[in-house]
Amino acid sequence: MFLGTFTGFAKTITVCNSCPIKTIQGGIAQASEGDTVLVKKGIYNEVNIIIDKAITLLGEDMPTIDGEDRGEIIKIVSNNVTVDGFKIINVGTSYTSDYAAVRVIKQDGFLIQNLELEKLFFGIYLEKSNNGKVLNNKIRGDAVNEYNSGNGIQLWYCKGVEVRGNTVENVRDGIYLEFSDNIIISHNLSKNNLRYGLHFMFSNNDVYEYNIFENNGAGVAVMFSKFIEMHYNIFKENWGTASFGILLKEINDANITNNVFKENTIGINIEGSNRINYENNDFTSNGYAIKVKGACYNNQFINNNFRYNSFDITYNGRLNSNKFDNNYWSNYTGYDLDKNGIGDVPYRPVKLFTYIVNRTPETIILLRSLFIDIIDFSEKVSPVFTPDDLMDINPRMKPINHDRS
Amino acid sequence: MIEVKNLYKKFGKNEVLKGIDLAIERGGIFSVLGPNGSGKTTLIKCILGMVLPDSGEIFIDEKPLKNNFKYRNEIDYLPQIANFPGNLKVSELIAMIKDLRDAKATKDEELIELFKLQPFLNKKLANLSGGTKQKVNLVLAFMFDSPLIILDEPTSGLDPISHLRLKNLIFSEKEKGKTILVTSHILSFVEEIADEIVFILEGKIYFKGTIPELKSKTEQLDFEHAIASILSASYA
Amino acid sequence: MLKILKYSFYDLVRSRWSYVYFLFYLLLGVVLLFLNNDLSKAVITLMNVIIILVPLIGTIFGVMYYYDSREFTELLLAQPVKRSSIFLGQYFGVATSLAMSLVIGLGLPFVFYGIFNSSAIWDFSLLLVTGAFLTFIFTALAFVIALSNENKIKGFGYAILLWLFMAVIYDGIFLMSLLYFEDYPLDKFSLAATMLNPVDLSRVLILLKLDISALLGYTGAVFQKFFGTNFGLILSSAMLAVWVIVPTFFIWRIAKRKDF
Repeated sequence: MFLGTFTGFAKTITVCNSCPIKTIQGGIAQASEGDTVLVKKGIYNEVNIIIDKAITLLGEDMPTIDGEDRGEIIKIVSNNVTVDGFKIINVGTSYTSDYAAVRVIKQDGFLIQNLELEKLFFGIYLEKSNNGKVLNNKIRGDAVNEYNSGNGIQLWYCKGVEVRGNTVENVRDGIYLEFSDNIIISHNLSKNNLRYGLHFMFSNNDVYEYNIFENNGAGVAVMFSKFIEMHYNIFKENWGTASFGILLKEINDANITNNVFKENTIGINIEGSNRINYENNDFTSNGYAIKVKGACYNNQFINNNFRYNSFDITYNGRLNSNKFDNNYWSNYTGYDLDKNGIGDVPYRPVKLFTYIVNRTPETIILLRSLFIDIIDFSEKVSPVFTPDDLMDINPRMKPINHDRS
Repeated sequence: MIEVKNLYKKFGKNEVLKGIDLAIERGGIFSVLGPNGSGKTTLIKCILGMVLPDSGEIFIDEKPLKNNFKYRNEIDYLPQIANFPGNLKVSELIAMIKDLRDAKATKDEELIELFKLQPFLNKKLANLSGGTKQKVNLVLAFMFDSPLIILDEPTSGLDPISHLRLKNLIFSEKEKGKTILVTSHILSFVEEIADEIVFILEGKIYFKGTIPELKSKTEQLDFEHAIASILSASYA
Repeated sequence: MLKILKYSFYDLVRSRWSYVYFLFYLLLGVVLLFLNNDLSKAVITLMNVIIILVPLIGTIFGVMYYYDSREFTELLLAQPVKRSSIFLGQYFGVATSLAMSLVIGLGLPFVFYGIFNSSAIWDFSLLLVTGAFLTFIFTALAFVIALSNENKIKGFGYAILLWLFMAVIYDGIFLMSLLYFEDYPLDKFSLAATMLNPVDLSRVLILLKLDISALLGYTGAVFQKFFGTNFGLILSSAMLAVWVIVPTFFIWRIAKRKDF
């Protein structure tokens, strides 16, 4: 027997602790394509719920699914499945299988939204699945060690997925992408994660915008990818001996615009990345605003604000054919006699001390000593060690007011 | 009172005191004389413990000076150049020296009256003239009732009236049976006050005795010529 | 000694220079806090001031005070007061009044700013404590130099040279040796070299507290590990204390043997 109403061909199957159907798996078994399985408030101790038809699994008043640490909880093996409004806890931890709270395997058109995941291993795991959405979920882990913790939202060989409005905290990597193209990651908050707030590799043509990445163990790592758009993100308080706002490694043809980098040990750590536009970004109170390692060609830094960073730019090797223009540098001490808002002498963002530190890292211990200030000053007056063509010819006198609304 | 035995002192290569032996009895005014650089200031500073001798001993009232600072309670000293912390007021300086010596019975008010210092009591020392500073210096030196008084060039910068008052003051202290040690370049002053003179030449005591004894020894009729004859004899 | 200290202290507290020094810090504090409105920035600027200016002022003031009060010292020497008391009293008088100008001058604006509600209170008190330590250290060194040199110009010269060495040249040599021996592990060396110079030690202590430690990378981690422990903190405090005690001992010893 089932209680429910018909809407066209679709019907609703209700599951609750006092209903005839007491388990979610049981509800799914009763449903056919296009049906809704409505789960009422309560606690359901179930694992391995397999959704094998195009249904909507809807929770009413946030029912709890407790996996009791026994393994994976929901597995989607059909196209066009919606999972909405559940609290899912106690995903099993394993060293051999990556158990997830919700896993989608090789399916299209999924919608996973309004979930609250706690005490998890992996959160939402999308595997070779395309054209779906992951919206407004809250994932709160309790990760302590990298080796026995999983990622909040993981995309592996996916295309055309939208990840929006999620909050991911205290897991290993907040959002993880590998071999995933045409993905939109927006309006997410990823913070206090053990390793990376966002981590992606070999994923091209992706857009990342309006996200906040805060206080993650290492920041955001972006590696081996092309045609990336990063706009209006905030990277802040990623402090630690090896932390950064973003690590760019082997990234080509990207636009990084209108982002805020605040109070990170390193704002952007760039290794072997070419043809990237850095425009309208704010670098504020970072240890290093930009740290360049290895060869980087044809990058442009235009209209950015560099404020109160201990070091604006540091590099080892050569910064080849990179352009710095029209940026504001709070460390600039030049003058503007013609009052056009542009300083009359160029600004050299690379200090001699950063050059020394790159050669012998231990020398950083002399940071802010008078001797260092003196040699930096003399190097500024007559560059010997730092490349004399590396400069901003049009340094602004006043910070640019970037509209971030 | 003061006993100096075989005192030697050199500054670098410059031997200043070359074996001084001196005994000064209690009571009376003793004037230490000698040309510039003869070692008189060094001798006085040794007695005060400001210069440490290379060898030899000094006893005051039969107590050795070494590793002892309390004996200075028995000495009043007037330094040659008086320079005081500029931010202190005169009254504060007097109170401070009193405080340092833990002395209660003092004659400071009497002396202030004598040298007419009342109008200056609330002024800072930095704003005083040289003569006024010297008067303050005198007040500090005479305000305690110590049995030994050492005065280094006490007359410098004083006007004639104050000079006279100082002389009277020295005599009245002598009346009380004190021992007073004075250095001065003004021979008339020395002649007037000194009971005995101690003449130091090239680091040694050349003469010790009364002025008449000096005159007879040098076969000169007046004091100035007596002194001059010693000097010319030694440089001849 | 306490009496001499008291009088030297009063004398200095009323001098124009103490006021100038005090007002300078007051003004600095006010400008940094109320015109800049960024507490951690203010603390960093203050650190630069404390590491460079405080030792310089301590050195110059110490030497100047000693030479200026030479005649007065002679007057004191004729009083029934122990020699060492006179010089130690003067030293502590100068150092205490300088330290107080610093602590009160900087402290007042921060109190008004409401530092007591802020988490920066510990950083700030560390700043003041190291500042006070540096004042005592450099004033003591200045006294030692002044006591050993009758010639005022020479004394001043040596004192400035000492400051220059501690604040600049030492770091230059430090940097050169780090670059020269870059193929060797340098953690222990940099730790030791930092401990040996009170200016560097103060700088590193403040840097580590200012959360710049992360910027220092691996080296910073080594330092943080060392100074973060109670042992490291005690050792560095002890080191600063030694830097006060040793010159003070020399003041005592030179004063005992010196002729005036």
